[in-house]
Amino acid sequence: MELCSFLTLDSFITDPLTHDFMRKALLMSSFVAAVCGFLSSYLTLKGWALMGDAVSHSVMPGVVVAYALGLPFSLGAFIFGVGSVALIGFIKQKSRVKEDTVIGLVFTGFFALGIVLVSKIKSNIDLHSILFGSPLGISLSDVKQTIFISLLVVILLSIFRKDLMLYCFDPRHAKTVGINVFFLHYLLLTCLSLAAVVGLQSVGIILVVAMLITPGATAYLLTDKFDNMTVISVLSAIISSLIGIYVSFWFDLETGGSIVLAQTFIFLFAFLFAPRYGIFKLKKLFAGYK
Amino acid sequence: METINYQNFRIEAENICVDYNGKVALYDANLRLQPGQICGLVGMNGAGKTTFFNALTGFVNISKGKIRINGESVRSAQKDQTIAYVPQNEGIDSQFPISVWDVVMMGRYGSMNIFRCPRESDVQAVKDAIERVDLTDHLSTPIGNLSGGQRKRTFLARAIAQRASILLLDEPFSGVDIRTEKLISELFIQFKNEGKTILLSTHDMIHVREFCDLVLLINKTVVAYGETSEVFTPENITTTFGGISPDFLFGPES
Repeated sequence: MELCSFLTLDSFITDPLTHDFMRKALLMSSFVAAVCGFLSSYLTLKGWALMGDAVSHSVMPGVVVAYALGLPFSLGAFIFGVGSVALIGFIKQKSRVKEDTVIGLVFTGFFALGIVLVSKIKSNIDLHSILFGSPLGISLSDVKQTIFISLLVVILLSIFRKDLMLYCFDPRHAKTVGINVFFLHYLLLTCLSLAAVVGLQSVGIILVVAMLITPGATAYLLTDKFDNMTVISVLSAIISSLIGIYVSFWFDLETGGSIVLAQTFIFLFAFLFAPRYGIFKLKKLFAGYK
Repeated sequence: METINYQNFRIEAENICVDYNGKVALYDANLRLQPGQICGLVGMNGAGKTTFFNALTGFVNISKGKIRINGESVRSAQKDQTIAYVPQNEGIDSQFPISVWDVVMMGRYGSMNIFRCPRESDVQAVKDAIERVDLTDHLSTPIGNLSGGQRKRTFLARAIAQRASILLLDEPFSGVDIRTEKLISELFIQFKNEGKTILLSTHDMIHVREFCDLVLLINKTVVAYGETSEVFTPENITTTFGGISPDFLFGPES
């Protein structure tokens, strides 16, 4: 790739689109980003960052087993994702060990099991692509699967978005007025597992938690309205996915890492310059010039 | 003593026990409240006040005993929007990106369809509730920008919008300004006249004397219960607070 070839913005954007694998990667990653961004608003407000980390790491053995058995890997990942949360809940209830310890203990255990399984099964599983993602090498059937799961999660979140907001904000009130809090809890966990499954294709298991928390954190700094927060979160997730893929294409960088770095830079920008909650409070700076 | 009509009780808790993983938080607690009664719930931190509220709202399950709300189960009270809970200011995330309007609208969620689309009647109920707590100028203000008193009023408005006949208030007077305190006490009189039943927890002994017809003193179980004038004695208070003299709690005023 010659550097001068993207001197014009036009060719910077359009040239990669001539490649089939790039079109697939951009399409799939946009869906993944939309799902993770949507969910991200809830996870950051609920304080479930560690839970997101746990679920996304715990899906590892599920992915490996599903590959070995020739099943859709999203199925294996989903079972282990939800299973890890159930196990965390069980151990927490039955022992005196504190919750964050239990979470750390369970997800590292699952993750280690996954790594051991990969080394034992020795099939054609590419450990690197599971750990770090490989959106540029994705197959058409994986793209279809990803889009299907993404749409499913987006529809679920859309239907229950107000109830989930209430659940994150004040579960006691939700319960008092007869809303099924138990259902909402497991709905959010199910969506989290599914989002982790699709997210790992984009950025890999290790970094998928970034997809689940960074867009929400960025949006949280930029608005005081929940609906706006969701929109900003989704947009920032999609934009950083596109930036990450283009940058990794032109500069030959690891794609997953590039996407997450793009998200981190957008967060840093918000952290420094957000109108109300940024360090420099851009609004005040502008006001000074008037 | 008037004759007891069992149909008439708003809240009826009989020998209720609550434990968390084997740790007893509340045992053998009884409470009976009628329409239009205001009852103060007084006890130390960890005496089981919040647990009592949680049991009445169904947020925790009781391990023993029986609760009847308007003669029905807690579950059907939830479905009927009978109980409203007004949380302590510390009990909510004040940085949550949500406006006064949105919080008060949450009072209507239980009676809306699954998508929680507000009908004309819901919008009107929310408007009226916000007007009653004097926050009409702050409809779209994020709750993070409100004062402690305004935030308390927001949650009161949510309870009003819910049209509940029973209000549970956790420390309604803590951390509020004089204006809010006055407004809350006026609302209490209105609620009483509307026949609502109020159970409020408080640390402030003066508020108990001022507002509460009845008082329930608890320390893991009921220490004393009855008319405030009869039950709210220095001896009972001392027992409730584990032997600390009421002089120390009140200051040497009475």
